[in-house]
Amino acid sequence: MKFGILVNEGPYTHQASDTAYQFAKAALEKGHKIHRVFFYHDGVNNSTRLTEPPQDDRNIVQRWQKLAADHKLDLVVCVAAALRRGIKEENLAEGFRISGLGQLVESGIQADRLVTFGD
Amino acid sequence: MTESTGGIDMDEETSGVVKKFLYVNRKAPYGTIYALESLEVVLIAAAFDQDVSLAFLDDGVYQIVKGQHTKGIDVKNFSPTFRALEGYDIEKLYVEKESMEARGLTEADLLVEVKVISTAEMTELMAGQDVVMSF
Amino acid sequence: MLHTVNKSPYERNTFDTCLAHVKKGSAILLIEDGVYAAMKGTAPAKKLEQMMKTIPVYVLQPDVEARGMQSRVLDGVKMVDYGGFVDLAAEYPTFQSWL
Repeated sequence: MKFGILVNEGPYTHQASDTAYQFAKAALEKGHKIHRVFFYHDGVNNSTRLTEPPQDDRNIVQRWQKLAADHKLDLVVCVAAALRRGIKEENLAEGFRISGLGQLVESGIQADRLVTFGD
Repeated sequence: MTESTGGIDMDEETSGVVKKFLYVNRKAPYGTIYALESLEVVLIAAAFDQDVSLAFLDDGVYQIVKGQHTKGIDVKNFSPTFRALEGYDIEKLYVEKESMEARGLTEADLLVEVKVISTAEMTELMAGQDVVMSF
Repeated sequence: MLHTVNKSPYERNTFDTCLAHVKKGSAILLIEDGVYAAMKGTAPAKKLEQMMKTIPVYVLQPDVEARGMQSRVLDGVKMVDYGGFVDLAAEYPTFQSWL
């Protein structure tokens, strides 16, 4: 299966990003493919380079980066939602890219399943 | 890449495939951004020639009521955009009857032409989709 | 259709509204705070009991355990891990997240 994943909420405040990550990880372990992970609404905040969570808890941004690097995942941050929330190239974490909503629609078309995680 | 397609080159892999997309709107406008940002997806999606429907149920029905004057809260009034959907060939707007009635609303309160359907019909509509977008 | 509910039935109406829109042939998966809907002896659990006559109901085990609810899960509700979640998403042709 090819999964498209939509993450609607930012790190820590909601469990959405955690659940999405665990789903993606499990899917990859089962040999499925991830077409794209698209970050929308406050989900764009999962891509901030400036995150500094406490050492004794998970680092959500880094976790996405590592998963993406290990499996060549496409992590896309919606440009309009990002601009609203102050996420730009200059503070974007490595491994994420900023692009348009068309990337989400394309995922809906090209993936076998579009799985949404939100509030 | 064009702005109208939100950063996508319409390539072979996408063109030709037509899926049934349902955008589910269940949240009221202005209290959160979901109503506005989901509408932004719908507008971009129009460029992809898919079979698009919009469903308004629960508090989502409030998104399309007439008479939204947002000057006092100094937030952009995006409700006129629903009227522009027709120009994008997005004409399948469904409103759940039970949600409307529970909120004391009728079709006359809505700013755009919709098809009012029952919960049972909405269930069928949802079951027949290929892609369901929730916000 | 695989339906997911991620909020507590006491906080939001997504559990009720999901139940009202589930067609035979679908399945329900409770995740995150949604797992609270599957706790024995509660009003939401009664609704699930009715539902389970025709619709399979699953609950995400890691979320149940995180919340200390593991001894309270309603009989008949099936626990799955993230791998099981993926299997369900693959099995059902469409996914609807009730947010």
